[in-house]
Amino acid sequence: MTFVNHYPKAARIVKANFIVAFVALAIGGFFGLIQALHRTDVFRGFVSSVEYYDVLTGHGVLLALVFTTFFITGLYQWGVTRTMEREPENSTFSWAWFLMMLVGTTMTATAILGGLVPGSGMSAAVLYTFYPPLQAHPLFYIGAALLVVGSWLAGADWFWTYRKWRTDNPDARIPLQTYMVIFTWLMWYLCSLGVALEVVVLLIPWSLGIVAKIDPLLPRTLFWYFGHAVVYFWLLPAYFVWYSILPKLSGGRLFSDPLARIVFIFFLLLSTPIGYHHQYADPGISLVYKMWALIMTLVILLPSLMTAFTVISSMEHGARQRGGSGYFAWMGALPWGRPAFVGCALAGIMFAAGGFSGMVNASLNIDMLVHNTAWIPGHFHLTVGTATALTFMAITYWLLPQLTGKELKFKGLALAQPYTWFIGMTLMSNALHRQGLAGVPRRVSEPEYAGINYEVPFGTMAEMNWQVAIGGIILFVALIFFLVVVGGTFWAGTPATNVDDTIPPPLSGPEHSPEILDNLKLWMGVAVVLVLIAYTLPLAEMVMDGLFSPGAFPSPV
Amino acid sequence: MHVHRFEKLWIGLSLFLIAAFIGIVLFGFTVMDLKVPGIEEGRQVDPTTVLSDEKFSKPGVRKISDDHYEVYMIAQQFIFRPGSTQPLTIPANTKITFHMTAPDVMHGFEVPGSGLNATIIPGQIATFSTRFPEAKTYGIICHQYCGAAHHNMQGEIEVVPPSEFDESNLISQ
Repeated sequence: MTFVNHYPKAARIVKANFIVAFVALAIGGFFGLIQALHRTDVFRGFVSSVEYYDVLTGHGVLLALVFTTFFITGLYQWGVTRTMEREPENSTFSWAWFLMMLVGTTMTATAILGGLVPGSGMSAAVLYTFYPPLQAHPLFYIGAALLVVGSWLAGADWFWTYRKWRTDNPDARIPLQTYMVIFTWLMWYLCSLGVALEVVVLLIPWSLGIVAKIDPLLPRTLFWYFGHAVVYFWLLPAYFVWYSILPKLSGGRLFSDPLARIVFIFFLLLSTPIGYHHQYADPGISLVYKMWALIMTLVILLPSLMTAFTVISSMEHGARQRGGSGYFAWMGALPWGRPAFVGCALAGIMFAAGGFSGMVNASLNIDMLVHNTAWIPGHFHLTVGTATALTFMAITYWLLPQLTGKELKFKGLALAQPYTWFIGMTLMSNALHRQGLAGVPRRVSEPEYAGINYEVPFGTMAEMNWQVAIGGIILFVALIFFLVVVGGTFWAGTPATNVDDTIPPPLSGPEHSPEILDNLKLWMGVAVVLVLIAYTLPLAEMVMDGLFSPGAFPSPV
Repeated sequence: MHVHRFEKLWIGLSLFLIAAFIGIVLFGFTVMDLKVPGIEEGRQVDPTTVLSDEKFSKPGVRKISDDHYEVYMIAQQFIFRPGSTQPLTIPANTKITFHMTAPDVMHGFEVPGSGLNATIIPGQIATFSTRFPEAKTYGIICHQYCGAAHHNMQGEIEVVPPSEFDESNLISQ
């Protein structure tokens, strides 16, 4: 008896979300392979250097928005149902938000893929950031809005469950997994409001031709109001896994439940009012706000460094339970033969490296050396591309038997997958970082320019290109391993006996922490105040001279 | 609430690291003269009429004093003016103030090897100053995706010794 037997309705919803996520992962991952070969001039036969931008848009949207959102709604539905011990209050409502997100995704994907079909009359090569005046087909924006609004309703579904649970348990502390879901979604409501306003108020009327011109700086600023918090929207579900499941996979228990709560409070408060750090090189935003973003961004290192401590000490506890000893030798006692553990642990190691390159990006004037260079994709393929994506893939290995009642198929392939991903990403990411230091730009189909010789700090440009191309191929192979394991389990898995689905209580539980940590209204209130401090004046300046002014004409791509 | 003493130590070290990073950035600003766009007050322009603007209608180099020149540059699909059809020529070891804008879509201005980096946004004028320490040829790359031929958008800056700088090509207001 496991999750699927106790909560069959929730299990179906989780599986549906995961399937959409993995289809997006498959297509987006293949696009990534095309880019790795095209950019490096190893093979430019898949698409032209113009179509490259359609592929790049598809890669960004399908992976960073679609794969993540659907996996997260699935994972969180599992966590809420499991810890609230209730099926969704109304299945029709749950399927409604899922379908809304799916319809939105289909519209957006159609607009993007239309760019690769000559004569379709449709295209959306605006990249994942869709900065106007570059203009996509209206379906692109309408679909994106539906995806975001659908995710809001998913959150409403979980709050509904939580309210019912609260009525039955008036004095209980919020269980940790539901607590993390709630704080992630409070942050998500706060930040995605920016992109929703951008898309619904500015871009949809403009793409339909209702208004002729657009002020490029305002939508860009609203995008980044959302655009940095969204990285924590990707990351917090990985933290959810690292805090609540990884200690158990290591053979132990979570070190401290209260500190996990404090970390999530930090992210709710600090994720949104720092978006300007993506606009360090922008005119029209004064240095005062750039400084504010710098300080707040570096402060947000604290909850991640605290996470590193808690996760590693939980793993050490697990290793010692398994017979490990010594200062460092305990690491050898960790379960390096279990795919779910290996994926999460390797994702954590890569996240540490990504965190350090992120500190460089955050450092205002030092960022000028790497802003918009290949360093940036080097950085975020370690964070969202590994810390998040590899954790999601790894925990899928642990969740699938609970969701399907079947044994995981092809366990050897599942174990090889995280190691393969790790090797591929090490090659690709280190080379992208170093190319960025030499000034090679990101988001360009042919980064070689006549008359420009990049001064490479060490190594050679050819060697780095080969590392990116080979790394990309290895990552794609790892992705195929993953899809084979998941597909095999879904369609050819044999019934499981004794599914491993228990999570032991933490070493230090919530009873040792002040109840104020669970005060949702208080923390949401503080978060709103911090956002108002950061954004009121700059946004007012941009809006006062007219919502669409100074306006530029659209440039369809 | 119990916090383990190792964790207290770790949090203390983390706060020190954060303070050190902020300190490094401030050191760069004050001592090393590492700046970012946004320090010098830019102004707004109407992107649909900027090509007939007093200064931007005649992009190029203007002289302010013997030690200070300013460059008005337009970034547009898919050239820099000046920079793409003919190189931008400026003197070394002299203060250069750039004023840049775009009439169509966003562009980027990156000069590899110089640390110059700016986003060019229609409607905004990006203003920033620098000194090129030595005579050398630099490339300009548009590093903000701007449309189908984005990868062809590049230019050149020719930094010449101040003694060899030909003032006959300057724009006189």
